[in-house]
Amino acid sequence: MATLKDVELKIKAVQKTRQITKAMNMVAASRLRSAQADSEAFRPYAAKFAEVLGGLAGGSDEAASPLLVPRQEVKNVHLVLCTSDRGLCGGFNANLIGRAESFCRTQSAEGRQVSITNFGKKGRDWCRREKLDIVDEYLGVVGARFSFNVAMTAGQKLVKAFLEEKYDAVYLIYAEFISMAKQQPVFKQLLPISPAKEPEAANETESEQVYMAEHVCEPSAPELLGQLLPRDIYVQIYNALLETSTSEHAARMMAMDNATKACNDMIENLTLAYNKARQAAITAELMDIVGGAEALRG
Amino acid sequence: MAGNIKLEIVTPEKSVVNEEVRIVVAPGSEGEFGVLIGHIPFLTTLKTGRLRFVDAAGQEHLVFISGGFAEALPDKVTVLAESAERRREIDVQRAQAARERAEKRLTDAAHQEEIDRQRAKAALNRAVYRVSIAGL
Repeated sequence: MATLKDVELKIKAVQKTRQITKAMNMVAASRLRSAQADSEAFRPYAAKFAEVLGGLAGGSDEAASPLLVPRQEVKNVHLVLCTSDRGLCGGFNANLIGRAESFCRTQSAEGRQVSITNFGKKGRDWCRREKLDIVDEYLGVVGARFSFNVAMTAGQKLVKAFLEEKYDAVYLIYAEFISMAKQQPVFKQLLPISPAKEPEAANETESEQVYMAEHVCEPSAPELLGQLLPRDIYVQIYNALLETSTSEHAARMMAMDNATKACNDMIENLTLAYNKARQAAITAELMDIVGGAEALRG
Repeated sequence: MAGNIKLEIVTPEKSVVNEEVRIVVAPGSEGEFGVLIGHIPFLTTLKTGRLRFVDAAGQEHLVFISGGFAEALPDKVTVLAESAERRREIDVQRAQAARERAEKRLTDAAHQEEIDRQRAKAALNRAVYRVSIAGL
């Protein structure tokens, strides 16, 4: 049985741990708020951008931009993997990396070369362990405050490499923020830009299309589309980074909340054990005294 | 004048301008254009440069714009830009530093690759516009 001193030390240790997890929970909460504010600020831009792009894409075909043309033979694929820089956020990174792992496996099975751009240290470390081909890495982005420029720089490199035919397809994995308790890994094709978006735009009502067609465009509509498409890539990357950051903070908040609760339980149990041990010690002492007194009297 | 037109300038990071204005003059890629109320629907890309608008009180404002496009509707102008700053928000020191950096890069023999030069030129262009708008 543990001595009194041991239990006391253990309680103190758990209390210290609880202090840390509590603090991390609060830090994550405040970062989550600012990440959500950033997402909120991005929404008007994203909405308007999607509207204009949808309107333009409606009346165009693949010839408008080489970014729309799927390659006949896909040999080199590229993956943009968004993870967090830091751990202690539950299964967050493991989920994302699991998704990336299955992607790499299927692609290699088809004899394709996979290369990777990493946002976040956890994904980078995983790639290093697996000896994957890391083309680019951006650390200190996810989970911190970042500007649109980061997404733009990364996007420009991807678009350039795609046009130079270094990659035949580019994919993106990031965490989508669904609710505080749920963040889901999402897998998306970035390049070539799939026309899957068009039905979405068409759904919005037929008049939307006509309305865009009435616009006077400068330069011409296909040219304008050609200029906007690369920007669509930046917008998607920026969105992915925002979502991943928000998700990271939410995941960490939940993980730290659970840890704090576990600490509370542990402290409760330990305190019980401590009190029992103390009682036992007092009883033993009393027995000693009583026994001694009896002996003297006898 | 028939009335005011709504102007909205948004970047991915924030909304820069959102108010009723009398006129907007923006640097379109095919030439500068002005928008009053009742403009035909119009969509264009924008050059890096200076956007000018006169607010409802008749006050003129300048906004630095880079990498964007604009949509004009009869009652509304929307500008989507990668960066946009009102004149008083421009960080002149930073722009000056960026300008020096870009100039140095253009004269430096180590950066003769085409893409580097293009980027440096674009950076220089932005810096020059920022400084000139702030100095007006």
